[in-house]
Amino acid sequence: MSDRGNDGPTPVERFIGGLIPENPVYRQILGICPSLAVTNSMEGALTMGGAALFVLLCSNVLISLIRPLLKPHLRILIFTLTIATFVTIADRFLAAFLYDMSKQLGPYIPLIIVNCVIIARCEICASKQSVGTAAADALGQGLGFALGLMSIATVREILGFGTWFGKWLGWRVIPTAPAEVWSPWIIMILPPGAFLTLGLLLGVFNILTARRKSA
Amino acid sequence: MKGSYIGQAWPVIVLGFFFGAALAGVHAALSPRIAANRLNDTLSQIPALIPGATRGAPMEVGNQIVYRALDADGSTVGWVLPAGGQGFADRIELLIGLDREARAITGLYVLQQNETPGLGNRITEKEFRQRFAGQSAQAPLSVVKGRVGGAGEVEAVTGATVSSQSVVGIVNGAVAQFRRERPEATP
Repeated sequence: MSDRGNDGPTPVERFIGGLIPENPVYRQILGICPSLAVTNSMEGALTMGGAALFVLLCSNVLISLIRPLLKPHLRILIFTLTIATFVTIADRFLAAFLYDMSKQLGPYIPLIIVNCVIIARCEICASKQSVGTAAADALGQGLGFALGLMSIATVREILGFGTWFGKWLGWRVIPTAPAEVWSPWIIMILPPGAFLTLGLLLGVFNILTARRKSA
Repeated sequence: MKGSYIGQAWPVIVLGFFFGAALAGVHAALSPRIAANRLNDTLSQIPALIPGATRGAPMEVGNQIVYRALDADGSTVGWVLPAGGQGFADRIELLIGLDREARAITGLYVLQQNETPGLGNRITEKEFRQRFAGQSAQAPLSVVKGRVGGAGEVEAVTGATVSSQSVVGIVNGAVAQFRRERPEATP
Protein backbone atom coordinates (compact mmCIF):
# COMPACT_ATOMS: atom_id res chain seq x y z
CA MET A 1 0.00 0.00 0.00
CA SER A 2 2.78 2.37 0.95
CA ASP A 3 4.24 1.85 -2.48
CA ARG A 4 1.33 3.43 -4.30
CA GLY A 5 3.15 6.72 -4.75
CA ASN A 6 6.30 4.99 -6.07
CA ASP A 7 7.19 4.78 -9.68
CA GLY A 8 7.51 1.32 -11.13
CA PRO A 9 5.85 -2.02 -10.56
CA THR A 10 4.16 -3.03 -7.29
CA PRO A 11 5.56 -5.81 -5.04
CA VAL A 12 3.09 -8.34 -6.46
CA GLU A 13 3.99 -7.44 -10.04
CA ARG A 14 7.67 -7.73 -9.16
CA PHE A 15 7.19 -11.15 -7.54
CA ILE A 16 5.10 -12.64 -10.36
CA GLY A 17 7.40 -11.08 -12.95
CA GLY A 18 10.43 -12.98 -11.67
CA LEU A 19 8.72 -16.37 -11.76
CA ILE A 20 7.75 -16.61 -15.44
CA PRO A 21 7.33 -13.39 -17.50
CA GLU A 22 10.83 -12.12 -16.65
CA ASN A 23 12.37 -15.45 -15.59
CA PRO A 24 16.15 -14.92 -15.18
CA VAL A 25 17.10 -18.11 -17.03
CA TYR A 26 14.47 -18.32 -19.77
CA ARG A 27 13.55 -14.68 -20.38
CA GLN A 28 16.57 -12.58 -19.42
CA ILE A 29 19.14 -15.33 -20.22
CA LEU A 30 21.12 -14.27 -17.12
CA GLY A 31 23.06 -16.51 -14.75
CA ILE A 32 23.71 -18.99 -17.53
CA CYS A 33 27.08 -20.12 -16.14
CA PRO A 34 25.57 -21.82 -13.05
CA SER A 35 22.56 -22.93 -15.12
CA LEU A 36 24.94 -24.98 -17.21
CA ALA A 37 27.53 -25.94 -14.61
CA VAL A 38 25.68 -27.22 -11.54
CA THR A 39 22.54 -28.70 -13.09
CA ASN A 40 23.53 -32.35 -13.52
CA SER A 41 21.88 -33.15 -10.20
CA MET A 42 18.82 -31.80 -8.42
CA GLU A 43 20.86 -31.39 -5.24
CA GLY A 44 23.32 -29.09 -6.99
CA ALA A 45 20.53 -27.07 -8.60
CA LEU A 46 18.59 -26.70 -5.35
CA THR A 47 21.69 -25.69 -3.35
CA MET A 48 22.73 -23.15 -5.97
CA GLY A 49 19.15 -21.83 -6.22
CA GLY A 50 18.88 -21.51 -2.45
CA ALA A 51 22.25 -19.76 -2.09
CA ALA A 52 21.43 -17.33 -4.92
CA LEU A 53 17.99 -16.63 -3.39
CA PHE A 54 19.60 -15.87 -0.01
CA VAL A 55 22.18 -13.51 -1.54
CA LEU A 56 19.57 -11.85 -3.75
CA LEU A 57 17.17 -11.26 -0.86
CA CYS A 58 19.80 -9.89 1.54
CA SER A 59 21.46 -7.68 -1.09
CA ASN A 60 18.15 -6.29 -2.39
CA VAL A 61 16.88 -5.46 1.11
CA LEU A 62 20.15 -3.84 2.19
CA ILE A 63 20.56 -1.82 -1.02
CA SER A 64 16.95 -0.65 -0.80
CA LEU A 65 17.50 0.46 2.83
CA ILE A 66 20.55 2.56 1.96
CA ARG A 67 19.26 3.79 -1.42
CA PRO A 68 19.18 7.51 -0.38
CA LEU A 69 22.95 7.29 0.21
CA LEU A 70 23.80 5.83 -3.20
CA LYS A 71 25.82 8.12 -5.45
CA PRO A 72 25.59 7.41 -9.18
CA HIS A 73 29.35 6.89 -9.62
CA LEU A 74 29.76 4.80 -6.43
CA ARG A 75 26.67 2.60 -6.67
CA ILE A 76 28.27 -0.32 -8.56
CA LEU A 77 31.06 -0.42 -5.96
CA ILE A 78 28.51 -0.62 -3.15
CA PHE A 79 26.48 -3.30 -4.99
CA THR A 80 29.59 -5.43 -5.48
CA LEU A 81 30.73 -5.00 -1.87
CA THR A 82 27.28 -6.00 -0.58
CA ILE A 83 26.92 -9.00 -2.88
CA ALA A 84 30.44 -10.26 -2.13
CA THR A 85 29.76 -10.11 1.63
CA PHE A 86 26.55 -12.11 1.45
CA VAL A 87 28.09 -14.64 -0.96
CA THR A 88 30.95 -15.23 1.49
CA ILE A 89 28.44 -15.73 4.32
CA ALA A 90 26.46 -18.22 2.18
CA ASP A 91 29.69 -20.03 1.25
CA ARG A 92 30.76 -20.42 4.92
CA PHE A 93 27.29 -21.64 5.93
CA LEU A 94 27.33 -24.29 3.21
CA ALA A 95 30.82 -25.41 4.27
CA ALA A 96 29.59 -25.72 7.86
CA PHE A 97 26.17 -27.32 7.33
CA LEU A 98 26.17 -28.87 3.83
CA TYR A 99 29.80 -29.87 3.52
CA ASP A 100 29.26 -32.39 0.70
CA MET A 101 27.38 -29.89 -1.45
CA SER A 102 29.96 -27.22 -0.68
CA LYS A 103 32.67 -29.56 -1.98
CA GLN A 104 30.64 -30.65 -5.00
CA LEU A 105 29.84 -27.08 -6.07
CA GLY A 106 33.42 -25.96 -5.34
CA PRO A 107 34.11 -22.55 -6.91
CA TYR A 108 30.56 -22.04 -8.18
CA ILE A 109 29.31 -20.77 -4.81
CA PRO A 110 31.98 -18.00 -4.59
CA LEU A 111 31.21 -17.28 -8.25
CA ILE A 112 27.66 -16.15 -7.29
CA ILE A 113 29.44 -12.81 -6.75
CA VAL A 114 29.56 -12.36 -10.53
CA ASN A 115 26.04 -13.69 -11.17
CA CYS A 116 24.45 -10.92 -13.27
CA VAL A 117 20.95 -11.66 -11.95
CA ILE A 118 21.84 -10.17 -8.56
CA ILE A 119 23.56 -6.97 -9.65
CA ALA A 120 20.80 -6.47 -12.23
CA ARG A 121 18.10 -6.61 -9.53
CA CYS A 122 20.07 -4.17 -7.33
CA GLU A 123 20.26 -1.77 -10.26
CA ILE A 124 16.75 -2.23 -11.70
CA CYS A 125 14.70 -2.55 -8.52
CA ALA A 126 16.41 -2.26 -5.12
CA SER A 127 18.23 1.03 -5.74
CA LYS A 128 14.96 2.68 -6.83
CA GLN A 129 12.11 1.08 -4.86
CA SER A 130 11.07 0.50 -1.24
CA VAL A 131 12.20 -2.40 0.95
CA GLY A 132 8.94 -4.36 0.53
CA THR A 133 9.06 -4.16 -3.25
CA ALA A 134 12.77 -5.02 -3.29
CA ALA A 135 12.16 -8.10 -1.09
CA ALA A 136 9.25 -9.26 -3.27
CA ASP A 137 11.39 -8.73 -6.36
CA ALA A 138 14.23 -10.77 -4.84
CA LEU A 139 11.88 -13.62 -3.89
CA GLY A 140 10.32 -13.69 -7.37
CA GLN A 141 13.62 -13.54 -9.23
CA GLY A 142 15.32 -15.95 -6.82
CA LEU A 143 12.54 -18.52 -7.08
CA GLY A 144 12.42 -18.00 -10.85
CA PHE A 145 16.17 -18.67 -11.04
CA ALA A 146 15.83 -21.77 -8.85
CA LEU A 147 12.94 -23.03 -11.00
CA GLY A 148 15.06 -22.49 -14.12
CA LEU A 149 17.96 -24.48 -12.62
CA MET A 150 15.70 -27.25 -11.35
CA SER A 151 13.89 -27.67 -14.69
CA ILE A 152 17.24 -28.19 -16.43
CA ALA A 153 18.47 -30.48 -13.63
CA THR A 154 15.30 -32.59 -13.81
CA VAL A 155 15.91 -33.45 -17.47
CA ARG A 156 19.65 -33.99 -17.01
CA GLU A 157 19.54 -36.08 -13.84
CA ILE A 158 16.70 -38.33 -15.04
CA LEU A 159 18.30 -39.02 -18.43
CA GLY A 160 21.90 -39.03 -17.17
CA PHE A 161 21.58 -41.00 -13.91
CA GLY A 162 18.01 -42.37 -14.07
CA THR A 163 17.26 -40.74 -10.69
CA TRP A 164 15.61 -37.61 -9.28
CA PHE A 165 17.13 -36.25 -6.05
CA GLY A 166 19.20 -39.45 -6.21
CA LYS A 167 21.75 -38.45 -3.56
CA TRP A 168 19.38 -37.09 -0.92
CA LEU A 169 16.19 -39.09 -1.42
CA GLY A 170 17.32 -41.96 -3.65
CA TRP A 171 14.32 -41.71 -5.99
CA ARG A 172 14.87 -43.87 -9.06
CA VAL A 173 12.81 -42.75 -12.07
CA ILE A 174 14.15 -45.07 -14.76
CA PRO A 175 14.59 -48.61 -13.39
CA THR A 176 18.05 -50.11 -13.79
CA ALA A 177 17.93 -52.27 -16.88
CA PRO A 178 20.35 -54.39 -18.92
CA ALA A 179 22.53 -52.26 -21.20
CA GLU A 180 20.75 -53.45 -24.37
CA VAL A 181 17.37 -52.18 -23.06
CA TRP A 182 18.38 -48.84 -21.52
CA SER A 183 21.63 -47.28 -20.42
CA PRO A 184 21.96 -43.80 -18.87
CA TRP A 185 22.87 -41.02 -21.28
CA ILE A 186 26.32 -40.10 -19.97
CA ILE A 187 26.38 -37.03 -22.24
CA MET A 188 23.56 -35.46 -20.18
CA ILE A 189 25.84 -35.38 -17.11
CA LEU A 190 28.65 -33.79 -19.12
CA PRO A 191 28.75 -30.13 -20.28
CA PRO A 192 27.26 -30.82 -23.78
CA GLY A 193 24.13 -32.17 -22.08
CA ALA A 194 23.74 -28.85 -20.29
CA PHE A 195 23.83 -26.86 -23.53
CA LEU A 196 21.45 -29.27 -25.31
CA THR A 197 18.95 -29.21 -22.42
CA LEU A 198 19.05 -25.43 -21.97
CA GLY A 199 18.60 -24.90 -25.73
CA LEU A 200 15.67 -27.31 -26.01
CA LEU A 201 13.90 -25.98 -22.88
CA LEU A 202 14.41 -22.40 -24.08
CA GLY A 203 12.82 -23.42 -27.40
CA VAL A 204 9.84 -25.02 -25.64
CA PHE A 205 9.46 -21.90 -23.47
CA ASN A 206 9.48 -19.66 -26.56
CA ILE A 207 6.91 -21.82 -28.41
CA LEU A 208 4.55 -21.75 -25.41
CA THR A 209 4.84 -17.95 -25.04
CA ALA A 210 4.33 -17.40 -28.78
CA ARG A 211 1.19 -19.60 -28.75
CA ARG A 212 -0.21 -17.70 -25.77
CA LYS A 213 0.39 -14.36 -27.50
CA SER A 214 -1.25 -15.38 -30.78
CA ALA A 215 -4.21 -17.06 -29.06
CA MET B 1 32.58 18.74 2.83
CA LYS B 2 30.02 17.85 0.23
CA GLY B 3 32.48 17.90 -2.65
CA SER B 4 35.37 16.25 -0.81
CA TYR B 5 36.37 12.63 -1.31
CA ILE B 6 35.29 11.66 2.21
CA GLY B 7 31.96 13.43 1.80
CA GLN B 8 31.30 11.30 -1.27
CA ALA B 9 32.78 8.01 -0.18
CA TRP B 10 31.84 7.70 3.50
CA PRO B 11 29.03 5.18 2.86
CA VAL B 12 31.53 2.88 1.14
CA ILE B 13 33.97 3.16 4.05
CA VAL B 14 31.28 2.58 6.69
CA LEU B 15 29.87 -0.38 4.78
CA GLY B 16 33.36 -1.79 4.35
CA PHE B 17 33.94 -1.78 8.12
CA PHE B 18 30.47 -3.13 8.81
CA PHE B 19 30.83 -5.99 6.31
CA GLY B 20 34.32 -6.79 7.52
CA ALA B 21 33.07 -7.11 11.10
CA ALA B 22 30.10 -9.24 9.97
CA LEU B 23 32.38 -11.61 8.04
CA ALA B 24 34.76 -11.89 10.97
CA GLY B 25 31.81 -12.81 13.21
CA VAL B 26 30.51 -15.44 10.79
CA HIS B 27 33.98 -16.89 10.39
CA ALA B 28 34.57 -17.07 14.14
CA ALA B 29 31.20 -18.73 14.71
CA LEU B 30 31.44 -21.31 11.93
CA SER B 31 35.13 -22.17 11.62
CA PRO B 32 35.12 -24.88 14.37
CA ARG B 33 32.28 -26.64 12.57
CA ILE B 34 33.99 -26.37 9.19
CA ALA B 35 37.22 -27.73 10.71
CA ALA B 36 35.27 -30.66 12.20
CA ASN B 37 33.72 -31.41 8.77
CA ARG B 38 37.18 -31.47 7.22
CA LEU B 39 38.50 -33.77 9.94
CA ASN B 40 35.63 -36.21 9.35
CA ASP B 41 36.26 -36.06 5.61
CA THR B 42 39.97 -36.74 6.23
CA LEU B 43 39.34 -39.72 8.52
CA SER B 44 36.75 -41.21 6.16
CA GLN B 45 39.26 -41.17 3.27
CA ILE B 46 41.97 -43.12 5.09
CA PRO B 47 40.73 -46.63 4.14
CA ALA B 48 40.71 -45.59 0.46
CA LEU B 49 44.20 -44.07 0.62
CA ILE B 50 46.02 -46.88 2.43
CA PRO B 51 45.34 -50.51 1.50
CA GLY B 52 44.26 -52.46 4.57
CA ALA B 53 43.65 -49.44 6.80
CA THR B 54 40.40 -49.18 8.73
CA ARG B 55 40.93 -46.00 10.74
CA GLY B 56 43.42 -43.25 11.48
CA ALA B 57 44.93 -41.68 14.57
CA PRO B 58 46.19 -38.09 14.53
CA MET B 59 49.79 -37.59 15.54
CA GLU B 60 52.20 -34.66 15.58
CA VAL B 61 55.37 -35.07 13.53
CA GLY B 62 57.70 -32.09 13.46
CA ASN B 63 55.28 -29.17 13.36
CA GLN B 64 52.53 -30.83 11.33
CA ILE B 65 49.61 -33.12 12.14
CA VAL B 66 49.69 -36.43 10.27
CA TYR B 67 47.45 -39.48 10.55
CA ARG B 68 48.74 -42.93 11.38
CA ALA B 69 46.65 -45.43 9.41
CA LEU B 70 45.77 -48.48 11.49
CA ASP B 71 44.39 -51.83 10.41
CA ALA B 72 41.75 -53.78 12.32
CA ASP B 73 44.36 -55.09 14.80
CA GLY B 74 45.67 -51.60 15.58
CA SER B 75 49.07 -51.93 13.91
CA THR B 76 50.38 -49.22 11.60
CA VAL B 77 49.91 -49.91 7.89
CA GLY B 78 50.70 -46.46 6.51
CA TRP B 79 50.59 -42.71 6.90
CA VAL B 80 48.25 -39.99 5.66
CA LEU B 81 49.77 -36.53 5.30
CA PRO B 82 47.56 -33.46 5.00
CA ALA B 83 49.35 -30.89 2.85
CA GLY B 84 48.46 -27.69 1.09
CA GLY B 85 49.84 -25.00 -1.17
CA GLN B 86 48.96 -22.41 -3.76
CA GLY B 87 47.24 -23.71 -6.89
CA PHE B 88 46.30 -21.80 -10.03
CA ALA B 89 43.32 -19.99 -8.50
CA ASP B 90 43.31 -20.66 -4.78
CA ARG B 91 44.88 -22.94 -2.18
CA ILE B 92 44.82 -26.67 -2.87
CA GLU B 93 44.55 -28.98 0.16
CA LEU B 94 45.54 -32.61 -0.31
CA LEU B 95 45.74 -35.87 1.59
CA ILE B 96 48.72 -38.03 0.63
CA GLY B 97 48.79 -41.73 1.49
CA LEU B 98 52.18 -43.37 2.19
CA ASP B 99 53.05 -46.98 2.99
CA ARG B 100 54.39 -48.05 6.39
CA GLU B 101 58.04 -47.28 5.67
CA ALA B 102 57.18 -44.08 3.74
CA ARG B 103 58.86 -45.58 0.67
CA ALA B 104 55.93 -45.38 -1.75
CA ILE B 105 52.85 -43.25 -2.33
CA THR B 106 49.68 -45.31 -2.02
CA GLY B 107 47.03 -42.73 -2.88
CA LEU B 108 46.03 -39.09 -3.21
CA TYR B 109 42.85 -37.22 -2.33
CA VAL B 110 41.87 -33.57 -2.88
CA LEU B 111 40.27 -32.09 0.23
CA GLN B 112 39.75 -28.61 -1.13
CA GLN B 113 40.37 -26.74 -4.39
CA ASN B 114 38.93 -23.87 -6.38
CA GLU B 115 40.69 -24.53 -9.69
CA THR B 116 39.22 -23.60 -13.08
CA PRO B 117 36.04 -25.62 -13.66
CA GLY B 118 36.47 -28.14 -16.49
CA LEU B 119 40.28 -27.85 -16.58
CA GLY B 120 42.11 -27.46 -13.26
CA ASN B 121 39.34 -28.99 -11.18
CA ARG B 122 39.96 -32.29 -12.95
CA ILE B 123 42.79 -32.84 -10.43
CA THR B 124 40.01 -34.21 -8.20
CA GLU B 125 39.22 -36.98 -10.69
CA LYS B 126 40.31 -40.51 -10.00
CA GLU B 127 42.09 -40.75 -13.35
CA PHE B 128 44.56 -38.04 -12.35
CA ARG B 129 44.91 -39.06 -8.71
CA GLN B 130 45.70 -42.66 -9.70
CA ARG B 131 48.84 -41.46 -11.47
CA PHE B 132 50.37 -40.97 -8.01
CA ALA B 133 49.55 -44.36 -6.53
CA GLY B 134 52.51 -46.73 -6.58
CA GLN B 135 55.09 -44.00 -7.23
CA SER B 136 58.25 -44.02 -5.15
CA ALA B 137 58.31 -41.55 -2.28
CA GLN B 138 62.11 -41.50 -2.14
CA ALA B 139 62.71 -39.05 -5.00
CA PRO B 140 60.71 -35.99 -6.11
CA LEU B 141 58.10 -36.60 -8.82
CA SER B 142 58.14 -34.57 -12.03
CA VAL B 143 55.37 -33.43 -14.37
CA VAL B 144 55.26 -34.54 -18.00
CA LYS B 145 52.89 -33.27 -20.69
CA GLY B 146 51.20 -35.07 -23.55
CA ARG B 147 52.49 -38.56 -22.78
CA VAL B 148 51.90 -41.22 -20.18
CA GLY B 149 54.33 -40.77 -17.32
CA GLY B 150 56.86 -43.48 -16.43
CA ALA B 151 58.35 -44.12 -13.00
CA GLY B 152 58.69 -40.86 -11.08
CA GLU B 153 56.63 -38.99 -13.67
CA VAL B 154 53.06 -37.71 -13.46
CA GLU B 155 51.17 -36.82 -16.63
CA ALA B 156 49.61 -33.34 -16.30
CA VAL B 157 45.88 -32.78 -16.79
CA THR B 158 45.39 -31.43 -20.31
CA GLY B 159 45.03 -27.65 -20.20
CA ALA B 160 45.87 -27.49 -16.50
CA THR B 161 49.65 -27.60 -16.32
CA VAL B 162 49.86 -25.10 -13.47
CA SER B 163 47.30 -26.98 -11.33
CA SER B 164 49.09 -30.29 -12.01
CA GLN B 165 52.48 -28.79 -11.16
CA SER B 166 51.05 -27.35 -7.95
CA VAL B 167 49.74 -30.74 -6.85
CA VAL B 168 53.05 -32.44 -7.63
CA GLY B 169 54.97 -29.66 -5.84
CA ILE B 170 52.79 -29.98 -2.73
CA VAL B 171 53.22 -33.78 -2.75
CA ASN B 172 57.00 -33.56 -3.17
CA GLY B 173 57.38 -30.99 -0.38
CA ALA B 174 55.16 -32.79 2.12
CA VAL B 175 56.64 -36.25 1.44
CA ALA B 176 60.23 -34.99 1.74
CA GLN B 177 59.44 -33.15 4.98
CA PHE B 178 57.73 -36.20 6.45
CA ARG B 179 60.60 -38.51 5.50
CA ARG B 180 63.03 -36.20 7.32
CA GLU B 181 60.94 -35.84 10.46
CA ARG B 182 59.06 -39.10 10.80
CA PRO B 183 59.54 -41.18 13.93
CA GLU B 184 62.10 -43.95 13.52
CA ALA B 185 60.35 -46.58 15.57
CA THR B 186 56.88 -47.37 14.25
CA PRO B 187 54.61 -49.17 16.70
